[in-house]
Amino acid sequence: MRAAATRSSRGALAGLALAAMVLFVGVPGPGTAADPPAASPAPAPATLATAAPSDTGLLTTPEQRARYQALAEQLRCLVCQNQTLADSNAELAADLRRQVETMILAGRNDGEIKSFLVERYGDFVLYRPPMQQNTWLLWIGPFALLVIGALVWWRIQGRGRAGEAPDLERARRLLDE
Amino acid sequence: MKSLRFVLPVAIFAAIAWFLLKGLDRDPREIPSPLIGKPAPMFSLPVTHDLSRTWSPEALRGQVWLLNVWGSWCAACQVEHPLFNDLAKAGTLPIVGLAWKDMPDNSIAWLRKLGNPYAVVVSDIKGGVAIDYGVYGAPETFLIDKHGVIRFKQVGPVTPEVLRTKLLPLVRQLQDS
Repeated sequence: MRAAATRSSRGALAGLALAAMVLFVGVPGPGTAADPPAASPAPAPATLATAAPSDTGLLTTPEQRARYQALAEQLRCLVCQNQTLADSNAELAADLRRQVETMILAGRNDGEIKSFLVERYGDFVLYRPPMQQNTWLLWIGPFALLVIGALVWWRIQGRGRAGEAPDLERARRLLDE
Repeated sequence: MKSLRFVLPVAIFAAIAWFLLKGLDRDPREIPSPLIGKPAPMFSLPVTHDLSRTWSPEALRGQVWLLNVWGSWCAACQVEHPLFNDLAKAGTLPIVGLAWKDMPDNSIAWLRKLGNPYAVVVSDIKGGVAIDYGVYGAPETFLIDKHGVIRFKQVGPVTPEVLRTKLLPLVRQLQDS
């Protein structure tokens, strides 16, 4: 009776595993078929992103354009907050892009341009928050949580191994009865 | 040890719940301005009603005044406008209008329709001065003290509540000092 029960539960498990396999194997099938057409539109946004932001054509040398592009991707559009200056079509973003361009033309370095914007709009314009007193928790937090999680896991593991022996003994005793 | 097992998850839950609850009534669009407590940026802009003249904040040195950034294209500006009309009628303090990225003719037509509470209106057609003030959306309102220092900034329309609980008490305090 007991053996039959374990067999049937094993059967159910096997069935589940099979179902899972079918699911997982089933997904890539149509995916691979769809891959070639999906690959072609991908480069389009990239070319758009490099073409769109420089709307004034003030910058001529490749170095200037590269610096401008890098800056526009690190600075936040304050109107549509989850977009960079490079991505945004907001009017303010266009104004700020022009500001960045004119400052590059005026020979200001990247640090000066960033601090110009931070002085006016706060640290929030920087997509990458600076490491400072009010942001250390933001930077350290995830790693601290990871360490805590690892410690908890390690403790539970340790306890499990220590508790295994008496449990097995108890189970054997019960079976013998 | 046993009690810790119970207290710790509850404490963690309470901490997360507290932060999430606090997050509910915080407006993510409201970015703290780094300009508060700093001198209001200087500018010289054409007067909207007489473009041959220019106006600079220097003219109001020694007075407490409001700088209201608006535009005839801005719907939310119409919401707060009656409050400024009332303030102007009461003669509480001079209000300067900064018509942001707005054609002077449109600004003037808008003011003719809705009333002109401004001691002077200046036109920032290209938006350069707005960038200096860290403006990212209209309306925005700055309170500037006798020494030309920005003491308060309202992002979005000034509401009767903000006026009563924050702006007016601060105005009185600054005028008396």
